[in-house]
Amino acid sequence: MTEPAALSVHSLSVSFSGRPILKDVQFEVAGGEFCALIGANGSGKTTLLKAILGLVRPQSGEVRIEAGAGVARIGYVPQKISIDPYLPLRSRDVVALGLDGARWGWLRRSAAREARVQEMLEAVGAVDFADRRVGQLSGGQQQRVLIAHALVRRPRLLLLDEPLANLDVRSTAEIVALLRRLSVQYRTAVLLSAHDMNPLLPVIDRIVYLASCCAVSGKADEVIRTEVLSRLYGYHVDVVRVHGRVVVIAAHEPEEIRAALARDPVHTAQVP
Amino acid sequence: MFTGFMTNTWIVATLVAIAAGMVGFFVVLRRAAFAAHVLPLGAFPGAAAASLLGVSELAGIVVFSGLGVLGISQLQRWDRREVATALWLAVALALGTLFLSMTSEYAQGVYALLFGEVLGVSSRDLGAVAVLSAITIAMTALLFRPLLLDSLSPELAEAAGAASRSLELAFLAVLALATAMALPVVGALMVFSLMVGPASAARLLTDRPRLALALTIMLSLATVWGSIALSYLSDWPVGFFVGALAGLAYAAGRLGVARQGR
Repeated sequence: MTEPAALSVHSLSVSFSGRPILKDVQFEVAGGEFCALIGANGSGKTTLLKAILGLVRPQSGEVRIEAGAGVARIGYVPQKISIDPYLPLRSRDVVALGLDGARWGWLRRSAAREARVQEMLEAVGAVDFADRRVGQLSGGQQQRVLIAHALVRRPRLLLLDEPLANLDVRSTAEIVALLRRLSVQYRTAVLLSAHDMNPLLPVIDRIVYLASCCAVSGKADEVIRTEVLSRLYGYHVDVVRVHGRVVVIAAHEPEEIRAALARDPVHTAQVP
Repeated sequence: MFTGFMTNTWIVATLVAIAAGMVGFFVVLRRAAFAAHVLPLGAFPGAAAASLLGVSELAGIVVFSGLGVLGISQLQRWDRREVATALWLAVALALGTLFLSMTSEYAQGVYALLFGEVLGVSSRDLGAVAVLSAITIAMTALLFRPLLLDSLSPELAEAAGAASRSLELAFLAVLALATAMALPVVGALMVFSLMVGPASAARLLTDRPRLALALTIMLSLATVWGSIALSYLSDWPVGFFVGALAGLAYAAGRLGVARQGR
């Protein structure tokens, strides 16, 4: 790895009111690398992304973005957002807000800006709905516009929080292919979170797997292994491959779940 | 209706309409209609207090609008947005009740403050209104981009470096200024209809942000000018026409949507 790391996370720990969310998380994403952040709901994926963005203050540890590049050099696509269908913003306005939306002042207009916005709309395949209200687009279309918004300043690092949630199978495949292509085209390192790794496994360079507040990272076939993930979870899990899909199964319920079930016998009956 | 005495009225009304339109645009985009109702209603006890103390009504309104901004944003740290907003209204109205009970000859003034009294704008207020409107318009223009980004998604604004909490505080401050200007003219109960009506209609009529803001201001001017003229001619209260025209503006917007076939 001769290229400098686009992102390095050093023994990062985050806790909210005494409850640990992330413990000693450590990994690197090289420049231009396509990287998946995998974990169950509530495993701390969003918190980790927010810590990288500087929106969550860690208890200890450090996040380093490639030297010379500040926070503004990160592109970010948040988890599913709900947009007023009558918000007076077209797709191209949303992309233009990616250029300088947080800075004070009036909306500016110039041929150079419009050309950049148009180029970005073309790159994400959003030309057909560039002049439609963003609140009236489908989930997949909105996702493309938000990706263009995040990439229009050509960041060296793109973070996406669950970009595949709420998408149908076809849109999921399209967005994954699009992100892979953009990552190569703009030489942007991509870190995207997902609870299902399967649509991503064919294209990722690296995986960061979060469980029990900790993380392991590496190439997918180094990480997605029974012994590695069992050590991470702190109890035995099986990595099972069925029809080319990977499933991680707990051999028995972890202690916390068993204790909760024991306290609440009514629900025990409903667990299959 | 355009004589010397009325000239001030038209100037003040025009300034109020422009400021209320600009702020109203973001009231609708930020889903802050409740705050736009609570700040004026919570500022009206300030006018009561001012008349008890024998100082300028506008000063009382400005002070209570400011207290409203601080109160609401502090309460928002502890609780949900609309609960925080409602709690401020509860406290402010409690004070208003107390102040009103201390005076016996106030009924006419209370009526004017609640429903508006456009003919009562004195020349002394003109300078104050001009300053307030200049500040309101300048601040809204300055906050235009971050507020737009924040109404698309607070998370996007936050990630780009525009802290949502500071934006909310700045927005409430601008809202309070516009409130203080508009309250004596259209009345505490009607300020929010002037802010919500034109903006809610304009955003239906166009999908372009700058055009939507321009349309909002135009509809706001039409509402205010129309209300004053009709009130003058008919002797019906200004507040009635402000509310009715706000409703009509939205109906026109809906008609526009229906014609576009969406």
